[in-house]
Amino acid sequence: MLEFLKIIFSLEFLGAVLRVSTPIVFATMAALISNRAGVQNIGIEGLMLIASLVGVVGSAFTESAWLGLLFAVVSSVLLSWLFSVFVLKFKTNIVLAGIAINLLASGLTVFILYILTGDKGVSSGLASKTLPVIPFFNIPVLSGQNVLTWMAFISVPLVSTFLYKTKTGTYIRAVGEHGDAIATAGVSVYKTQRTALLLCGVFSGLGGAYMSMGYLSMFTKDMIAGRGFIAIAADAMGMGRPVLSTLIALLFGATDALSNQLGSFNIPNELVSLIPYVVTITALAMYAANNKKKQNQ
Amino acid sequence: MEKRNNFFQVATTLIAVTISLLLACIIILFVSAEPMNAISTLLFGPIRSLRNFGNIIELMTTFMFTGLAISIMFQAGQFNVSVEGAFFLGGLISGGLISTLTLPGPITFIVAVTGGVLAGAIVTSIPGVLKAKFGASELVSSLMMNYVALYFGLFLLNNVFRDHSFGMLATHKIPKKYKLPVIVPGTRIHLGFILVVILIIVVTLFLFRTKTGYQIRSVGENTTFSKYTGVKIGKTVFLAQLLGGIIAGLGGTSEILGMYSRFQWTSLPQYGWDGVIVALLAGEKPQNVPLAAFFLAYLRIGSDLMARATDVPTELIIIIQAVIILLVTASALLSKFKQRSTVKEVIGDA
Repeated sequence: MLEFLKIIFSLEFLGAVLRVSTPIVFATMAALISNRAGVQNIGIEGLMLIASLVGVVGSAFTESAWLGLLFAVVSSVLLSWLFSVFVLKFKTNIVLAGIAINLLASGLTVFILYILTGDKGVSSGLASKTLPVIPFFNIPVLSGQNVLTWMAFISVPLVSTFLYKTKTGTYIRAVGEHGDAIATAGVSVYKTQRTALLLCGVFSGLGGAYMSMGYLSMFTKDMIAGRGFIAIAADAMGMGRPVLSTLIALLFGATDALSNQLGSFNIPNELVSLIPYVVTITALAMYAANNKKKQNQ
Repeated sequence: MEKRNNFFQVATTLIAVTISLLLACIIILFVSAEPMNAISTLLFGPIRSLRNFGNIIELMTTFMFTGLAISIMFQAGQFNVSVEGAFFLGGLISGGLISTLTLPGPITFIVAVTGGVLAGAIVTSIPGVLKAKFGASELVSSLMMNYVALYFGLFLLNNVFRDHSFGMLATHKIPKKYKLPVIVPGTRIHLGFILVVILIIVVTLFLFRTKTGYQIRSVGENTTFSKYTGVKIGKTVFLAQLLGGIIAGLGGTSEILGMYSRFQWTSLPQYGWDGVIVALLAGEKPQNVPLAAFFLAYLRIGSDLMARATDVPTELIIIIQAVIILLVTASALLSKFKQRSTVKEVIGDA
């Protein structure tokens, strides 16, 4: 037990939690903004996946990690725009459109990778770049983290400020809560939701790029591995509040980091991997039950 | 009016499928050095030999199970996507039990199949109960449930059912006597095909000829209206998800006992998501599921053959599937047509 606690409270472990949580935090911001506008995008997983490939390909061809990142974000935003056209204009069912985006990304990434490199699994044939780490005065935990990890945690207060202190942010929240009322007040529901979805694309793109240009230094097939879905759960459990949702995203990251370390403790790591999902389902149920009780009163 | 809607639904689906196939051909023209060979293999390869055609029917069997499971949930308006996890865990439990238990006579078989079906039922029921009791979104909880099914299943596979003498993570060998018999010699088409066809007939009759079936459909069409007519929403919503899970669990069981000599999946097989496409192409109607499943299986086998024979990767078809979903469900694209023709009809009548 003592060994176990030693691991959890070690500085290396805290550093690992930040590393592992970075893509989940980005994705959580993506899920949060779109969900706040009343357009729950389950295609975040796919947006991230596209970005992770485009980042690698872009950085390999331009020989610049930053340009790679730019391309990654642009690709994710474009796909998110496509999603918004189908959902908002053509009235495609939003869940099915999200499933389609995930499928599209999963097929397209492998297809493009194969056409470019002749390999279907990894992009090791491409000389891609990684984004820099920041030394940060040799302070343990914080030092040596990727620049995108910093951006992820800085984006949390920014998103919070955006949602609560700016006009567009207020519209987004209003549209999500009372779409019809806000339409009569003269705000375009369509434009507001589109803005939210494009922002969702930006954050998904950053999260995806981190996976292949920070966390790992290459693209691997289906490398997002459910992180987009976890983010949707983090947003749901955090009730759409940026800070609370981020804490939950960190909790997911911590269990993920923990399952990497538990090999030495005779606890089957499949069971550790199980914890965040069970916790989420339980919390979602409790939250919904609580809401129902309130409504009945 | 009902007939008109049906007509437009079929028309949308056909148009969407045609556009998607054209898109596939265009992509092939761009990326392939031998485009004609690739296109002809994709479109006609599956019917060039009995073995290839057999492969279609084998895959179609799988797609019919998951397509039917999703259809029944969609009929009730439930977006429960844990059919994926239910299919996986159903296959694992039945495959695991049947390869480790040594009970007398047919008991092992019965216990294993029951276990597989129950596992599937439990997986989809959890989001179902949470929706019915508390109103929790079945979409989010079922997405999470897939991972619960995966990791719990892998835990069982690693710690309970694992054959340590085998090189890879897998169960023991499934005894020959418990395998589902092949029904067409020269292929691997197995008893599961007949089973799922019967299941489709039963579900169709249930949905369209019984009171409970009618209630499931009416909840899917208009929840508020159903509530006022006295339908118990929670119970109905739960029932649809339970039935979907039973079918998915049975599907996983049939897949493992029909097609494999051991259970050795270490990730989710994605057949649940394929079921979503099948259900969409079928317009959520169980009676159309076989045709939709056949179409998707045909495309998949065609693309596999194409990838083996030419330089076009099989993932092309995954892209095409995504396009089909987007086009089939883009209701506003075709409703313009529909409106115009309805107006014409009304004016014509007057």
